[in-house]
Amino acid sequence: MSKSINIIKGTAVPLAMENVDTDQIIPARFLKSTSREGFGKNLFRDWRYNNDNEAEPKKDFILNNPSFIGKILVAGKNFGCGSSREHAAWAIKDYGFDVVVSSFYADIFRNNALNNFLLPVQVSDSFLKKIFAAVQADASTEIEVNVEEQTIKLLATGEEENFDINPYKKTCLLNGYDDIDYLLSLKGKIETFETSGQEDADHLFDAEYKLISKERSNPNGNVYKPVY
Amino acid sequence: MGKTLFDKIWYKHVVEEVQAGPSALYIDKHFIHEVTSPQAFGGLKKRGLKVFRPKQVVATADHNVPTLNQHLPIKEILSRQQVEQLHENCAENDIELYGLGHPYQGIVHVIGPELGITQPGMTIVCGDSHTSTHGAFGAIAFGIGTSEVEMVLATQCVLQSKPKLMRINVEGELKRGVVSKDIILFIISTISSSGATGYFVEFAGSAIRNLSMEARMTICNMSIEMGARGGMIAPDETTFEYLKGREFAPKGQAWNDAVAQWKTLFSDEDAVFDKEIFIEAADIEPMITYGTNPGMGISVNGTVPLSSTLEEKDRASYLKALEYMGLEPGAAITGKKIDYVFIGSCTNSRIEDLRLVASVVKGKKKADDVHVWVVPGSKQVEKQAIEEGIDKIFEAAGFELRQPGCSACLAMNEDKIPAGKYCISTSNRNFEGRQGPNARTFLVSPLTAAAAAITGRVTDVRRFLAESTESAENLM
Repeated sequence: MSKSINIIKGTAVPLAMENVDTDQIIPARFLKSTSREGFGKNLFRDWRYNNDNEAEPKKDFILNNPSFIGKILVAGKNFGCGSSREHAAWAIKDYGFDVVVSSFYADIFRNNALNNFLLPVQVSDSFLKKIFAAVQADASTEIEVNVEEQTIKLLATGEEENFDINPYKKTCLLNGYDDIDYLLSLKGKIETFETSGQEDADHLFDAEYKLISKERSNPNGNVYKPVY
Repeated sequence: MGKTLFDKIWYKHVVEEVQAGPSALYIDKHFIHEVTSPQAFGGLKKRGLKVFRPKQVVATADHNVPTLNQHLPIKEILSRQQVEQLHENCAENDIELYGLGHPYQGIVHVIGPELGITQPGMTIVCGDSHTSTHGAFGAIAFGIGTSEVEMVLATQCVLQSKPKLMRINVEGELKRGVVSKDIILFIISTISSSGATGYFVEFAGSAIRNLSMEARMTICNMSIEMGARGGMIAPDETTFEYLKGREFAPKGQAWNDAVAQWKTLFSDEDAVFDKEIFIEAADIEPMITYGTNPGMGISVNGTVPLSSTLEEKDRASYLKALEYMGLEPGAAITGKKIDYVFIGSCTNSRIEDLRLVASVVKGKKKADDVHVWVVPGSKQVEKQAIEEGIDKIFEAAGFELRQPGCSACLAMNEDKIPAGKYCISTSNRNFEGRQGPNARTFLVSPLTAAAAAITGRVTDVRRFLAESTESAENLM
C-alpha cells in the first residue's frame, strides 16, 4: 500500500452505475484470504466475467474496454454501499486505482477507503455528470485531483470543483499517517478514561451536558463504569 | 435542549476529540469473526503489539463455516485455514472464542444478545455491517472495516466522526400477518437504500415499543440497508426482561444498579433530531423486494413499479435490476414461482423467527419442487428449536434444518443458490450475486417465507393465518 497522497493526475475509468455495493466490488466467495494482498484480480468479478471464467470477459463491462485505463475510477451515487468488507477498498487499490470519484458514498466504505489511502472524492451531481460526459466522449481526458487544495479539475477545460475532506484525514493522507499510530499516542488517556470514566473528559461536553455528567458522578459513588 | 439517546451514550465514551476531526470513541465490546479479523491481527503483529483489552473481545466463527457436518474438519481448504487462523489468533491473545462445536457458537449478532453480552448503554463494534443489530438494546453499535478492527484490538478505541441523528417513529397497530421484517422493509422502500446515509437512526413509537426484543433486533439489523451508520431503540422493561438471567448479564446488586442506570437511557422529550420521519403502522403490508437493493420493496400483493413512476435518474438502475431479476414492469409479484427458500441470517434466524415459520407450516408440506433450508442463528437457537419440537414440524414439512452460520445470506460457504434460480429469503440483501453468482433473491419476513415454502410461489401469508387457530400476533 503506497502511503501519502497529494496530487493524482491522469485518465479515468467511467463506471456509469449507481448503488455499486461491495458485494459487486468483491464477491464474498473471494474473501477467504487472510492477507490484504491480491484482491485486485477479482475486482468486480461477476460484472467482468461470464460464468466466473477469466477466459470469458464480458465485452460491455468498462474494465474490459482497453480504451479506458487510469488511476481514477468514476462511479454513480451511493458507491460502496452494503457490506463493511474492507476487501472492497483493498481490491480497488490493488487493481491500480488511487481515487474514486462519485457524488455520494456509503459511510463505512468511505472510512475504509481513507484508511487505505484510496481517496474518495465526493463531487456534486452536476460535476459528476460533466466528468462522465468528458471521459465517455474522450478516453484520454485527464483529471487532476489535489488533496492539499481540495480540488478536482478537468484539465482540458479547466472546470473544477472543491471537495470536502476532514482536516484530520487530510493531514493523514498528505503525510502518510495512520489512525492506529495516533490512537496509540493516546494510550495514557485511554487508561485514565477506563478507570475514571467521563470525569476526566469533562472538557468534551457542552455546558448542559456537564450538568448531566455531574449528576452521574454523584456522592452515591455511581461513577460511570462500562458494564462488561 | 434535551439530549438524544445517542448523545447520552456517545459523549460518555469519547476519550478525545481530534480538533476539527473525528473522536476517539471508547469501545465496550468488540465482536470478531473469521473473515474480517485475520488482517487486523496480522497488522498488530507487524507493529509488535498484543491485543490491548482481550477480555472485551468475543470471537465466533460464522461467515465461512459449513452448515452440515460441523463435527468434521472443514473440507474447503481456504475456509478451513481462515477458521484455524481465528483459533490461533484468539489463543495467542487470550480472546474468548465460541468456535465450531462450542455450545455458544453462532452468528455473531445472534450470540451477543442471547448470551447477555450486548447490554444497554454500551458501545459495540464488529467488522460486519449488521452490527447495528445490537442497537436494539439501546447501545451504539456499528460495523467497521478491518483497519478499524485493528485500531480497536490495539487501543480499544476507534476514530469516528459523530453522525447526524434521525428518528423514525412507527405509530399504531400492525395489521395481521405484518411483522418486524415488514416494518423495516417498508421503511427502506420509503426512504431508499441510501436514505439514512450519514445518520444514526433511533426507532421509536408505539409499534416499535410493542415489539419483542428479537423483533427489535430485526429492525435495527437492517438499518445499514438504508445506509444508516446504525440503528437503536431505547431500552425498556422488554429489554430488561430479555436480559435478566442471561449468562453474561449482571447479577444480584449489580443487576439492580445496571437497570437503574439503563433507565436513564432515552431521548429527552425536548431532544432534537436532524431529521424525523413518521410512519403509520397500519400502512404496512407484508413486504417483498423485487429488485437488487433492499430499497426496492413492495407489498406482497403489489406490482413491480412502472418505470414511468420513477424519477428519470433512477430508471437505468431500475431496468438493470429488473433484467437481472427476470421481472417485467407492472407484473404482479404474488404467484411468482420460486425455487429455494432460505430461512436464516442475522436478520431472521432466532427462535421467534423459527416459531413464526413453524406456526404456518405445522401439519403442512413444502411444495415438491422447492428446496427449503432453515439455518438457525446459533447452537442455542438450534437446541431450543429441538426442545420445542420445531425440528419435527420442519422435518415433516420436508424442510432441511442445518447447523448455525451465515450460510446462504452471503453464500461464502457452499450454501449457494444456483444461477438464475429464485430464492425467497429472510436475509437482508438482495444484491446481484449475493446468494450465489446470478442467483435471484426476494427478501421477505419469516411468515412470508413459510407461505412460499408451502405453495412454491410468492404468497400472501394471511391466507394461511386465516385458517390457523393461532394468530401471528401472539407469536411476535
